[in-house]
Amino acid sequence: MSTSSQSRNAKTSSRPGRSLAILLLVLVALLSAVFIQGATSVKLGLDLRGGTSVTLQPRIATGSTGQVTSAAIDQAVAIIRQRVNSLGVAESEVTAQGSGTNRQIVISVPGAAGRRVVELVGQTAELRFRQVLVSGAPGATPTTGSTATPPTGVSAELNAKFAALDCTKASNLQGAGTDSPTDTIVACDQKGTGKYILAPAEVLGLDISKASAALNQSTGSGWFVVLDFTNEGTKKFAALTTRVTTLAAPQNEVAIVLDGLVVSAPRINEAITAGSAEITGSFTQSDATDLANVLKYGALPLAFDRGEVQQVSPTLGADQLHGGLLAGFIGLFLVLLYSLLYYRGLGVVSVGSLFVAGVLAYLLILLLGEWIGFTLTLAGIAGVIVAIGITADSFIVYFERIRDEVREGRSLRSAVETGWHRARRTIIVADFVSIIAAALLYIFAVGGVRGFAFTLGLTTLIDLFVVFIFTKPLLTVLARLHFYSSGHPLSGFSPQSLGIVTTISKEA
Amino acid sequence: MTKFAGLGGRLYRGETSIDFIGKRRRWYAFSGILIIASALALSIQGLHLGIEFKGGSAFTVTKTAITVADARSAIDTVKIPGEIIVQKIGTNKVRIQTSALSNELSNQVQDALSAKFGVSVDSIDTQTVGPSWGKEITKKAFYGLIGFLVVVLLYLAMAFEPKMAIAAIISVIHDLFITVGIYALVGFDVTPATVIGFLTILGYSLYDTVVVFDKVRENTRTITSTSRMTYSQAANLAVNQTLVRSINTSIIALLPVASILFVGAGLLGAGTLKDLSLALFIGLATGTYSSIFIATPILAVLREQEPAMQALAKRVAARNAAPAVAVKSLDSTTAVTVSGKIQKRGPRNQPKKKGRR
Repeated sequence: MSTSSQSRNAKTSSRPGRSLAILLLVLVALLSAVFIQGATSVKLGLDLRGGTSVTLQPRIATGSTGQVTSAAIDQAVAIIRQRVNSLGVAESEVTAQGSGTNRQIVISVPGAAGRRVVELVGQTAELRFRQVLVSGAPGATPTTGSTATPPTGVSAELNAKFAALDCTKASNLQGAGTDSPTDTIVACDQKGTGKYILAPAEVLGLDISKASAALNQSTGSGWFVVLDFTNEGTKKFAALTTRVTTLAAPQNEVAIVLDGLVVSAPRINEAITAGSAEITGSFTQSDATDLANVLKYGALPLAFDRGEVQQVSPTLGADQLHGGLLAGFIGLFLVLLYSLLYYRGLGVVSVGSLFVAGVLAYLLILLLGEWIGFTLTLAGIAGVIVAIGITADSFIVYFERIRDEVREGRSLRSAVETGWHRARRTIIVADFVSIIAAALLYIFAVGGVRGFAFTLGLTTLIDLFVVFIFTKPLLTVLARLHFYSSGHPLSGFSPQSLGIVTTISKEA
Repeated sequence: MTKFAGLGGRLYRGETSIDFIGKRRRWYAFSGILIIASALALSIQGLHLGIEFKGGSAFTVTKTAITVADARSAIDTVKIPGEIIVQKIGTNKVRIQTSALSNELSNQVQDALSAKFGVSVDSIDTQTVGPSWGKEITKKAFYGLIGFLVVVLLYLAMAFEPKMAIAAIISVIHDLFITVGIYALVGFDVTPATVIGFLTILGYSLYDTVVVFDKVRENTRTITSTSRMTYSQAANLAVNQTLVRSINTSIIALLPVASILFVGAGLLGAGTLKDLSLALFIGLATGTYSSIFIATPILAVLREQEPAMQALAKRVAARNAAPAVAVKSLDSTTAVTVSGKIQKRGPRNQPKKKGRR
């Protein structure tokens, strides 16, 4: 092989030092981000650590008409989150997946709370208006002190229950739609700031036709909520307000009860017979909007179809995690072994590149866990393992290209460059197809499939990065070494392994 | 030329050449039989859908020396509508599959199993999927498939040539159909993990095809000006040249999948890993086959119908019919046209040897 081609290619070859410096910079940046974020371990999905996940498909509750709105789903998520948080299990999650009104609500609770989770989350949350009979501070009152005579309509038994109720406990703030509209009930304030005894419901959420937050135009400050009732609701609300407005506090208050918890208990200043009420108070804009949303949701309660319920015991989770990791290690080992056996010295390049890709993937998964709450599931692990093959494939595409160029009679240094120009395109096109597949899988799928698509897409991007910033520059450097350029039997470029004896094709 | 040196080198120079395109009818026939078998299997047996698609409940109990009979007797104490399937998984697991149960019934089953085997309720792995949910999942998977094919068709048409895109998509559909057919024939469970596997196969099969087509494009770029070989011959050379690469990339891709399959089926017994890797394993194999035997021949046939390529084929034929003087200038490329045979064997035709061995 001629020396003239080498000097020509010294000019065309890229600067490997710069690429490798960029890689080092990226690694350092990721590492420091990991330390700053304090991301010490990968967040595992429930299938790997054990836990319960429930997927709910929202629909309009039977008996009401209308469309599922995006706002109603948000409200439902908030209600379910309140219920799940009452369980007090750390790292419980309630999220809506999908887009627009075709979203599913996914609840995941780690650990062994299985049955209670399933029972809690599926109920329809109802909104009701109930007259306040008694109100008090949130803490449990000592039984001896609760000798105050119960007001009419409140049994001694209920009075005792009221006294014992401790609304400062998270477990008492779960709601779960257990209140019967015809009963007199005890209830906590949604935020745990008070407790109530409430009369049977007289007006229901379905009686509301419209609710919105509005700003007092004359003063320019002071938000309030405007509430309109249906024909039926107007009559019921008129009767309720006419009756209670003359009573003494707190019995002149009407509690707005959502999912068994008191959202607000406004005092009724006058009988409201026109079917339109205003709820005023020292509301901020967000307070008023929240209350309006609760009332709107009450008008159109959502019911939930249990889409999927999965309870994984911690034992099975651990088994699956070990299985996944074992499969990964075996797969990696086999790939490395094959590359070393077939490509000899070039195999070292694959090993190094896969190592870099692995470190990048691990750091990114750690960080994404912190940044976007990414959790690694079994399907996700499978995605990573499959990606080992796809990543190694792009090295092979490049290696075979270099070998082809060497067969054409080029020097190794020249072949590394010309081979790269041709292989680069193939790798980009092929990886891009993988990324399209991953993106579409992610968009269309739910649950575990998304985890797979996410890691597959992520690792394909890492593959592209590594090939450009590490594999190619590394080969440029290695091609200068005598071991490789001389075609040493172990270098992967020996004439025997290439199937050439002499460089004939140009001279023939 | 040394005949016994690396296969890769011989394939690259076209000394050893397998006639993939000329014998295409043979491969088409083979694939045709597979496709007919798949269609029959699908229409007669259908796919064995997992509970994720048809709805249902599944309970898995882990206990040493557990038996199917014990599990059945436990489950019989609960009145459950529909068919109940009890199967043993691995050495110490039993899986009970029923129709989609309400929360109450599901709790009763858990209690019965817990009492029978003396395990805690929380250690029973339970999964319930509502029937409408399964339909939703199926619908989404289907949309994903269609979306994927359309986007990839457009992308490949832009990145390569429209005819390459068509050939690639035909071969992908071919892979998918045969893989699904094998599932129907053998009766493997189709779960969401299987569907992930199917969709990944699409990506992978295309990856393979892309690698081959890239070489085809390179080889055919100047064929009309040189008139040395027809489109089919150039394409065939490309397949041969990328054969080692195809085999290596397929083996490398199969190794991790095989290890997932080994761990998933062998150690864990059932579940995501097994379903996924089984689909991938079957799909990767058909994907590699189709990118070599199906995609490129289809592409060649499509391109050969173009007037320019037909004219080229005539010129090449005329050249080959010309006296032996012409052969010399053709060099090794002519070896492709006479498949398998190596021309110019005489000592005068051997290139001068120089340098190291």
